[in-house]
Amino acid sequence: MDPLETTGKVSGDRSSVGRVSEQRESLVHVRGLRKSYGDFEAVRGIDLDVWQGEAFGFLGPNGAGKSSTMRMIGAVSPTSGGTLRILGLDPATDGPAIRARLGVCPQDDTLDTELTVRENLTIYGRYFGLSRAECRSRADELLEFVALTDKAKVKVDELSGGMKRRLTIARSLVSKPDLLLLDEPTTGLDPQARHLLWDKLFRLKQAGVTLIITTHYMDEAEQLCDRLVVMDGGLIAAEGSPAELIRDYSTREVTELRFGPDVMLSDHDALAGKVEDLAQRVEVLPDRLLLYTDDGERAVAAVHERGLEPAAVLVRRSTLEDVFLRLTGRTLVD
Amino acid sequence: MAALAVENGRRMFDYWLTVYKRTWKGTLISSFLLPMLYLAAMGIGLGSFVDSNGTGALGGVSYLQYIAPGLLAATALQIAVGEATYPVMSGLKWQKFYHSMIATPLRPADVVYGQLAFIAFRVFSSCAVFLVIITLFGGLKTPLGVLGLPVALLVGMAVASPIAAYATTLDNDSGFAIVFRFGVVPAFLFSGAFFPVSQLPDWIEWLAYVSPLWHAVDLCRNLSLGTVEPWLALVNLAYLLAWFVIGTWLAVRGFTKRLVR
Repeated sequence: MDPLETTGKVSGDRSSVGRVSEQRESLVHVRGLRKSYGDFEAVRGIDLDVWQGEAFGFLGPNGAGKSSTMRMIGAVSPTSGGTLRILGLDPATDGPAIRARLGVCPQDDTLDTELTVRENLTIYGRYFGLSRAECRSRADELLEFVALTDKAKVKVDELSGGMKRRLTIARSLVSKPDLLLLDEPTTGLDPQARHLLWDKLFRLKQAGVTLIITTHYMDEAEQLCDRLVVMDGGLIAAEGSPAELIRDYSTREVTELRFGPDVMLSDHDALAGKVEDLAQRVEVLPDRLLLYTDDGERAVAAVHERGLEPAAVLVRRSTLEDVFLRLTGRTLVD
Repeated sequence: MAALAVENGRRMFDYWLTVYKRTWKGTLISSFLLPMLYLAAMGIGLGSFVDSNGTGALGGVSYLQYIAPGLLAATALQIAVGEATYPVMSGLKWQKFYHSMIATPLRPADVVYGQLAFIAFRVFSSCAVFLVIITLFGGLKTPLGVLGLPVALLVGMAVASPIAAYATTLDNDSGFAIVFRFGVVPAFLFSGAFFPVSQLPDWIEWLAYVSPLWHAVDLCRNLSLGTVEPWLALVNLAYLLAWFVIGTWLAVRGFTKRLVR
């Protein structure tokens, strides 16, 4: 049995993946969705659709409303307003039926640390009503998939952070979900562990599992997501594929100019004034200037023509991080 | 609806059995050794002293036979409270396994039913073993005393369910100290397990009648000594059942409030 195989209740036909525009089936349908906790409005009216077979991302700073939205989609948190349909069902009335077809990888590991790795999987399968035999065979396949087979009999207590995340992801797959929710799947992991997890998630995506991911790692979003929304202050600030977002909210390239350690921020402002017509947008940072332009090299040449001598110059492509910072600002929100 | 709750509760009960396979050895001391020590110290040690002054005040039975049925009920209470406090806090807050449970088809109510089913299992199995020990010591006067086992189970559930509900209102485990200091210990000492509550000042005597443990102690003892009065037995049972039913309702409410936000 293929560990990545899902129940196929939604489409059954995985070849339709990639042609989402033709036969679009909305697995998550959201209109005007709100969530308040007392006086605090965590989600303030958002619209979105997640289509069958895609990897959909929620980006946003802490407190943007990502996790609240995820919990509502996970059918464990009642909505405060708006419409929410998951797999065509209403979570207010069909919570258990929806959750039976979801896999959830929460932000905190909620593994049982006193049980073994394998027991964590078998017991979770029981919650979905799988038979004990089914749970056992499923657990073995998934341990293989997340490369934890030799840890099967080890207590969860003894696992590293990366192993725990992999186990949590394996656990979320026990029921062969149609839709997998991953809330900050790689937060707190070292680069090796992150890349290993990305490989696993990419394989799931290839197998046709619909993924919804929250993250504040831009590289993660660029790696994994076909489409994403940037959330800020409980609202959706932008929506699109990573490439579309870069196109719409940034320039093709960014030229970074550093003027050496003895140049003060006030000097930076003056310098920015001298180059602002060379780029579509100039951003002043304490240690450097960012020139957003479609042709970075030409901007560099023009800077030199004006007699400015930056200590270091870097021309790079725009990334999602540029989009993100433009949309959500550089100020720390806590 | 009821069938679904049973099926879902059973799925969750599996979790507790899996956990218990790992932890049962640690529960041996609290479940068996402690009550046995009480039985030996009070029933046999203190008992020989009490009996030597005549058993008239106890209605003509040996002190061991007087306290053994009550001790069975008191043991049930202690195990039940232990299982309804820290494990519940762990599921809500420390290990958060309840949170992962409700991300599956299980509902908060199912989590409560599974939890209570496991507490019932713990109370029943521990008390069954304890009852065997009591019988071997000669602690039962009549065979009807074995009916103390279901009564012990009932008092366990009568206290476990409201305490589990109370646990959902706490942010940390310091509230449990109150339960033990002002609930379990006084109940254990003053609910008639060791002496008739009529010996107490009136106002404490009335407190004893309010305590579910007194009703269980009284019923267990009357069963063993062959002094059951049907109407009183019915009152005892109804009172314990009321605690259990209301407690379960409160627990479902508490779990839902805490888990579904």
